[in-house]
Amino acid sequence: MNELIKLSGTELAAKLRAGEVTSVQAVQAHLDRIAEVDGALNAFLHVNAEEALAVAAEVDAIRAAGGADAEALHPLAGVPIAIKDLIVTKGQPTTAASKMLEGWMSPYDATVIEKIRAAKLPMLGKTNLDEFAMGSSTEHSAYGVTRNPWNLNRIPGGSGGGSAAAVASFEAPLALGTDTGGSIRQPGAVTGTVGVKPTYGAVSRYGAIAMASSLDQIGPVSRTVLDSAYLQELIGGHDPKDSTSLPKDLEGLVAAAEAGATGDLKGLRVGVIKELQGEGYQEGVQARFNESLELLKAAGAEIVEVSCPNFKYALGAYYLIMPSEVSSNLAKFDGVRFGKRVLPQEGPMTIERVMGSTRAAGFGDEVKRRIILGTYALSAGYYDAYYGSAQKVRTLIQRDFDAAFEQADVLISPTAPTVAFELGANDNDPLAMYLNDVATIPANLAGIPGITVPGGLSENLPVGIQFLAPAFQDARLYRAGAALETLLEKQWGQSLISQAPAIDTASIAQEA
Amino acid sequence: MSAISREDVVHLAHLAHIEMSGAELDKMTGELDAIVGAIASVSEVASSDVPATSHPIPLTNVLREDTVGQTLSIDEVLLNAPDSDSDRFKVPAILDGE
Repeated sequence: MNELIKLSGTELAAKLRAGEVTSVQAVQAHLDRIAEVDGALNAFLHVNAEEALAVAAEVDAIRAAGGADAEALHPLAGVPIAIKDLIVTKGQPTTAASKMLEGWMSPYDATVIEKIRAAKLPMLGKTNLDEFAMGSSTEHSAYGVTRNPWNLNRIPGGSGGGSAAAVASFEAPLALGTDTGGSIRQPGAVTGTVGVKPTYGAVSRYGAIAMASSLDQIGPVSRTVLDSAYLQELIGGHDPKDSTSLPKDLEGLVAAAEAGATGDLKGLRVGVIKELQGEGYQEGVQARFNESLELLKAAGAEIVEVSCPNFKYALGAYYLIMPSEVSSNLAKFDGVRFGKRVLPQEGPMTIERVMGSTRAAGFGDEVKRRIILGTYALSAGYYDAYYGSAQKVRTLIQRDFDAAFEQADVLISPTAPTVAFELGANDNDPLAMYLNDVATIPANLAGIPGITVPGGLSENLPVGIQFLAPAFQDARLYRAGAALETLLEKQWGQSLISQAPAIDTASIAQEA
Repeated sequence: MSAISREDVVHLAHLAHIEMSGAELDKMTGELDAIVGAIASVSEVASSDVPATSHPIPLTNVLREDTVGQTLSIDEVLLNAPDSDSDRFKVPAILDGE
């Protein structure tokens, strides 16, 4: 394995600046890694080799020429990145892992992609996900499952399993994800990587194919907290094209991560959410969580217990609000202007019947389930009982968070109740699958930011620790997250990801 | 008592423009019933004195100057169309019959 791929994004950026390596060498090393292991992992739906190498060569040429242009390069210029295939890109297909958009080429770039192009980060390609980001395991992709690099028979989490697996397997140092109910944080937890869901509106959603517009958020995926801080500073900021974009930029994220990395947490009040532990959480997950609390306490943090009594209604509220928004957002996939069109086999050829057969053939089971559920929740006679009630629960959850943040600067919980489960384990039980997001959903309902950092191993699989902060206080996540990362790595003598086993590509090749 | 009947699902699938086979309808009816049963508890706490939140971060309306911004060319718009005729999308009959 080429040692270049082991570097974090920030470390690689430093070597590029120092002229020790070129961006072309770095991109090629990652493309080689993709060629070596992605047959087994299936993290990538599209590899963008040619363009990535061209951008890398351009960065190298600017650096070699020196002068003002070289000085003006973004700190991450030349560092390769992978993009979740829910985010639209010119020149590369965008499928949302759905047959509905097979071969679809976006005529425009998402705002985050414009920023990545302007900063000259070579894009390695598009990563796999649950269809339209609906799922917690990446098993609902129309293009095959992604496997967890730690154990190829386990799920990589979802919906952003492709981005998390790509980063965990050293196919990319950085990636973009989207988080509607935990789709960045839960994959981060089960793959031993870092993922951040920023404050709602802190990163433009323009060009992220909408699933549930009041919950969706683009965010960074990486192996270190510092890398995510750099990436959020790059992709964040106000965007006139997104009317829910925050008017003020969030600043000081990198500085907060650097301050946290000293491991000093004197004066920080950390609130343990009573309702997000204990019953339903695996013993190994709870044990790693308790150990992290001890470390934080030893580093000077004050640990307090907080109660969020309405969290028990969060999952219910989420599975009413999200499908309702899904049923509306996905109405545009009708076989008229773009995407798949399937003609009915028999009977009259009207556009209504074309829509019915197009949507029957283009959408997978989970997408259909959520559209029908949302149609139900919004229909006459049920609206007040379901959608109306769910919106009230949203208020109650925000109030729970407000009260908790009076007692604590950040809140903490396990990111997911279990380690990565086996592929296929929840195939016939959609409800069991939904429970994976029990600890991540409240943040989306309230619009607040959250981070997951690796917290150790249970059954030789990663456990994630989640921090939550008040809206606009993303910097607190980076401070607390970087501190815990530093404290744990000091204890282990290495990073968690460096303890991952080699990927046994032969085992999957034999099965296939 | 089940909350969602097979007939309900037939109606919902029609509203959502998704054609479903008999087997799909049977499966979906059972799954939706279980899911709705599990999430219906939200109405327990949603008393009339709690205001609804539709959006996590309250923002006022965003206005912009009434000028032409970034647009797509007709070629770009039709690039992904399943069917088109000169500069228009082409679809089968809108109305049943003549």
